[in-house]
Amino acid sequence: MSLPHHDTSRDGPGPAIEAEGLHKRFGRTEALRGLDLSVPAGTVCGVLGPNGAGKTTAVRILATLSDPDSGRARVAGFDVVRQAEQVRHSIGFAGQHAAVEEGITGRDNLHLVGRLHKLGARGARRRAEELLERFGLDEAADRLVRTYSGGMRRRLDLIASLVTRPAVLFLDEPTTGLDPRSRNEIWAIVRELVADGTTVLLTTQYLDEADRLADAIAVVDHGRVIASGTPQTLKSAIGTRVEVTLAEADQQLARAAAILAALTGGSPVLDEAERRVRAITAPGRAIALPQLVRELDAAGVAAQDVALGHPSLDDVFLTLTGRSTTDPTTEPSTDPRETVTR
Amino acid sequence: MSVLTPSAPSVPHRPAPATPRRRAGNAVSDAWTLTLRILLYYRHSPGLVAASLIAPLAMLLVFGYIFGSAIKLPGGGSYRDYLMPGMFILVAVNGIMPSMNGAARDVGRGVTDRLRSMPISRSAALFGQTLADLAVSTVVLAMMAGVGLALGWRAQHGVAHAVTAFALLLLFRFVANWIGIYLGLLIGREDMAGQLSVLVFPLSMVTNVFVTTGGMPGWLRLVANWNPISAVAAAARELFGNTVPAMPGEVLPLPLRHPIAATLVWCAVLLTVFVPLAVRKFTTHGR
Repeated sequence: MSLPHHDTSRDGPGPAIEAEGLHKRFGRTEALRGLDLSVPAGTVCGVLGPNGAGKTTAVRILATLSDPDSGRARVAGFDVVRQAEQVRHSIGFAGQHAAVEEGITGRDNLHLVGRLHKLGARGARRRAEELLERFGLDEAADRLVRTYSGGMRRRLDLIASLVTRPAVLFLDEPTTGLDPRSRNEIWAIVRELVADGTTVLLTTQYLDEADRLADAIAVVDHGRVIASGTPQTLKSAIGTRVEVTLAEADQQLARAAAILAALTGGSPVLDEAERRVRAITAPGRAIALPQLVRELDAAGVAAQDVALGHPSLDDVFLTLTGRSTTDPTTEPSTDPRETVTR
Repeated sequence: MSVLTPSAPSVPHRPAPATPRRRAGNAVSDAWTLTLRILLYYRHSPGLVAASLIAPLAMLLVFGYIFGSAIKLPGGGSYRDYLMPGMFILVAVNGIMPSMNGAARDVGRGVTDRLRSMPISRSAALFGQTLADLAVSTVVLAMMAGVGLALGWRAQHGVAHAVTAFALLLLFRFVANWIGIYLGLLIGREDMAGQLSVLVFPLSMVTNVFVTTGGMPGWLRLVANWNPISAVAAAARELFGNTVPAMPGEVLPLPLRHPIAATLVWCAVLLTVFVPLAVRKFTTHGR
């Protein structure tokens, strides 16, 4: 029933993760509505989306923790439903919690995970040693995890998912709630893993995280991938970002917005606190800076700063969904699909 | 050579294919590893072992010395001798609580998901937890017996019978562990499991643990007499030789007339129900 030898050439050039038409429903909530995903081996895929978009549900299905209602998925060449056992031998999984035992030491945590992966008592000890040293936890290794900082716990949790040298690693919001320094440490680990050939799928709500780590990004909303590509393609497909900052906040803001709407063909976003109007040009539409300045001037708008630039991933998300990733209040809270499901 | 991957592309650790024999060996190894996890936990928090003595000791004080000073058994006999096996059974029944809290905590903190993402035996994962608890509760029962002996309680029928009695008590604690694991997985939240722990105590109240059932109102006596806990308590009393005469004219129901057999039957029934329920809940959690 199981393949005696894993054929590594198989996930060499081909995708290490493949999902087709995944559907999943929890009661009345449709968490996934036909999610497709393909991640080439040895790359990092960032799954980006707001809370409740279906990111966690997708990762749980790929990590064999949940079954799809329909659709199919293969991880490291194995079907996640019919060959769950083989998938489990090939993956590492770090969920949203630091799933480590707090009442025992960091070293013992890794040791136990190694034993569960059948490394044997001695093999598990040696592996724990290697990982602790490599990821700078050796000094804290013999302290109870209870005494660790949040960042150290997440790091230990991540390291615990590396005990078996997984071919595919799933990280569900690996840095949510961490301070910038801890985030950098987690990022450094992920980069090292990828340099070693591991395929990583990480979900995130942070655009900069996806931007910095991912080779490809899949933007997920309402249980479906609504856009995918490299961070660069995603940004350039969106258009040019135009930003006007005013000297003073008054009714000029509305006037500037009207001008931007006319010139870009997009829908400007007003930020009163920052006295700023922002818009993305509609596809295929170019904008000339001199014309913009002239029109602002003619309308009597005193601009402090006018800038054209590449859109950020936040702009990408805003353009694709009409909602900002950073502003939860713009999410329609009455929509049942927005409830977080596990 | 890289620590993470011996050569590129990544060559994950991959055990030999699972034959039935290897599967069984892996299950034993998994169970033992998860036993170790809990034992290590107790080693770093030895206070927890002592803490599980607090409730039975408090009950012993309250019932043995406060209420007990005014309690006369309807059929005669020493109340404190009667009570002591009841305290042992209390230790066994309380096995529901650490398992329930532990399972709920593991679900809440993602440990259950982590375990389920690994290629380990599902039943072994849970069996390990109960095994560890058995080791701990052996110590707790021994301490409780020490307290009993110091207070003048004696097992009247010799060591062999006493050992059998403790074996039955541990068996029932094992049953309580599985019930607790199932409930904990079902509840899935540490705080709620903590709140619900309070409900375990009434379970051991509507029994013959603290008083004989002969004087209870009819309907309550029926429930108490058929409560599995009563059977275990009666079995322990019989083996320890701490039985008291029945009330004149009282007809004991079947389980209390053959308490040892009844205990074994109850344990078999409860395990048949709760072990598959718990394993199923663990396997399908969040599916």
